[in-house]
Amino acid sequence: MTATAPEHAGPEVRKAPASPPSGTRPGTVRRSLFRALPVSPAVVLLLLFLAGPIVYCVVIAFTDLQLTGQAQESFVGFDNFTRAFKDEAFLNAVWLTLVFTVLSSLIGQNTLGLALASLMQRASKPVRTLTGGIVVTAWVLPEVVAGFLLYAFFRREGTLNAILDWLHLPSQNWLFTLPILAVSFANVWRGTAFSMLVYSAALNEIPKEVTEAAEVDGASGWRRMWHITLPMIRRSIGTNLMLNTLQTLSVFGLIWVMTRGGPSGKSQTLPLFMYEQAFQNSLIGYGTAVALLLLLIGSLFSVVYLRLLRTEV
Amino acid sequence: MPVRPTVRFTALFSLTALAATSLAACSSGSGSDPDTVKVSFKQSTDNSIKVMDTYLGDIKKQFEKANPGKKVELVPIKAPDSEYYTKLQQMLRSPKTAPDLVYEDTFLINSDITSGYLKPLDDYLADWKDWDQFIDTAKAAAKGEDGKTYGVPDGTDTRGLWFSKDVFAKAGLPADWQPKTWDEVLDAARTIKEKVPGVTPLNVYTGKPAGEAATMQGFEMLLYGTGTGSGGSDPLYDKGSKKWITAGQGFEDSLSFVETVYKEKLGPEVSDALDPNFGTKVRGELLPQGKLGIALDGSWLPQDWLEGSGHEWPEWSKELGLAAMPTQNGQAPGRVSMSGGWTWAIPAKAGNPDLAFEFVKTMQTKANAQKWYVANSGISVREDVAEDPAYVDAQPGIKFFTDLVADTHYRPAYPAYPKVSVAIQEAMEGVTTGDKSVEEAARGYDEALKEATDNQVVSK
Repeated sequence: MTATAPEHAGPEVRKAPASPPSGTRPGTVRRSLFRALPVSPAVVLLLLFLAGPIVYCVVIAFTDLQLTGQAQESFVGFDNFTRAFKDEAFLNAVWLTLVFTVLSSLIGQNTLGLALASLMQRASKPVRTLTGGIVVTAWVLPEVVAGFLLYAFFRREGTLNAILDWLHLPSQNWLFTLPILAVSFANVWRGTAFSMLVYSAALNEIPKEVTEAAEVDGASGWRRMWHITLPMIRRSIGTNLMLNTLQTLSVFGLIWVMTRGGPSGKSQTLPLFMYEQAFQNSLIGYGTAVALLLLLIGSLFSVVYLRLLRTEV
Repeated sequence: MPVRPTVRFTALFSLTALAATSLAACSSGSGSDPDTVKVSFKQSTDNSIKVMDTYLGDIKKQFEKANPGKKVELVPIKAPDSEYYTKLQQMLRSPKTAPDLVYEDTFLINSDITSGYLKPLDDYLADWKDWDQFIDTAKAAAKGEDGKTYGVPDGTDTRGLWFSKDVFAKAGLPADWQPKTWDEVLDAARTIKEKVPGVTPLNVYTGKPAGEAATMQGFEMLLYGTGTGSGGSDPLYDKGSKKWITAGQGFEDSLSFVETVYKEKLGPEVSDALDPNFGTKVRGELLPQGKLGIALDGSWLPQDWLEGSGHEWPEWSKELGLAAMPTQNGQAPGRVSMSGGWTWAIPAKAGNPDLAFEFVKTMQTKANAQKWYVANSGISVREDVAEDPAYVDAQPGIKFFTDLVADTHYRPAYPAYPKVSVAIQEAMEGVTTGDKSVEEAARGYDEALKEATDNQVVSK
């Protein structure tokens, strides 16, 4: 430890030339440094454990690093990226990722969440509690558990086909014939609660007077929705879309448990493709490059939402 | 007043420094303890199967008793095969995490040798008497391209046809069935399909979800039986030019076989075959319940039916028959088998390699090796054990599968092999689902092969 100066020491003599009183206050730099000190441990930690790995990821995306089977990795420039765009499996994964995201996040979770939230606005309290409880339960289940539940629902001897048989409708092996629809449905089932909560909060923010005024003026339910409700919760829609999309883009466990991306890659979205390349084919460099491309797709979505929903406030 | 900021300053500064140094401390590792040998192995994902844990626990006791003051630390990795490899490779990359002894599949060992993850064992093996007991093919399984040996095999496996005697009786097929050609296998399956409804006639693993099981138990069991039978020629890899062989006639014939099985509905439903958990279903349900006629599968099956496995089936040896997989047209030697197996290897970055090898020696005394083969339904790679009647009679089927070692083939497990294997699975999957013709699947394989091997291909 450092020795502290005794209390009764004489006034400290400054070596620095005393600056004449002017516009700049002496020691501002030092003071701001001093104020930054308390956060410095956190900054050091973040740099070490967060920024470090991210930078490392970007670096290895430009190498041919393999997990095994290679004596020395080398720098290959943009090879991994050009390879991706020539790789049919990658393009298939991009397409499926878009399908999965649009179906399950944009259309499914978002619309269903909003519908549930609006219906619950008008419902009685017990109904509201019950519905909310059920929907939220699906959301708080661990991803793997949800995956197994839905696997059991969709598989050939599963619940869905049992219901269809009972109704004398043709049944089929959903995970085999329409795997991307099955996993999209699963993601809707699992993720709608989040949208519902966001929209419930947003709808509660709308002043009653406004909707009542519209009602008095004779606006129908749909028109009230379109002209009043939606514009007023615009920001929540933007936030929700963004969060939902980013969550959906990175769904791995759910699909892995249900189909492993199969059959023949018919439900292999980008995260599963990345996993396959990096860990099953040991191509860490290529897998990381694909991860960066996934990041790019996520940011494209975000930019589009931000532009579409820019509020003129 | 001006003094106090310095106090605070130093206090904060030392806090920051403390944070930084403690971080450095947790990354610098405590160094490995010279008296402890760390052994990592693959723990079964099935909680009821503790074969390896029990065996290693026993060896640990023996070792610690024989070497006072030395300790063994067992580091189980609980994961399916492919994820076990990944985890292990990550551990091997750094001296801080590398164990002293690892359990390596021959499927990947060459890949890991190339990466410089493993230590050559030649100096140890030179002074180890028991090494002479190991059969040559097994010694070769863990040899690198540099001619050095990197692993001590703890047994091998072979593959053949398991068939249900009950289903065969119903179909009017002989109880001592032994097909001579592929057609005879298919004909038996057709007979079962016709006469025993509700039973899957024949299972051949296929497609990417089955992984290496599709490649090895399925495709290679066919492909390696298409050659002219001249020993030592490998249909996948040309040792002379060190290049991989593109799809030829034998390759297409093997794909045709797979196509026939699924097109004529002689196999499981395609969607079942492409379910990643199908292997578990074959072993745990279909075979024990008599719902499968013929299974092209590995010698290790009985370990799933042992006491405490959750699906015990002590009568299996009475209810199942065994036949060798025939070559395509019955060409010599008339039967075919593939062999893989696991080895004990010492990481290049291990802290205590000498102690680790001592542990290997303890595991590989004749008595301990024998105990292991029997416990895990493994096939002996030691001559002294293979000749021991106690081993031969320990379990039904051991003799049958041990005899196959004479005509078995090892995979060309060079570094590119895992990727080649995936290319094979994709070709199989194409003809299984009917998305691709045999011709298209074979050309697709050629493309994927070039990609996987950096164009090191040759057509024959």
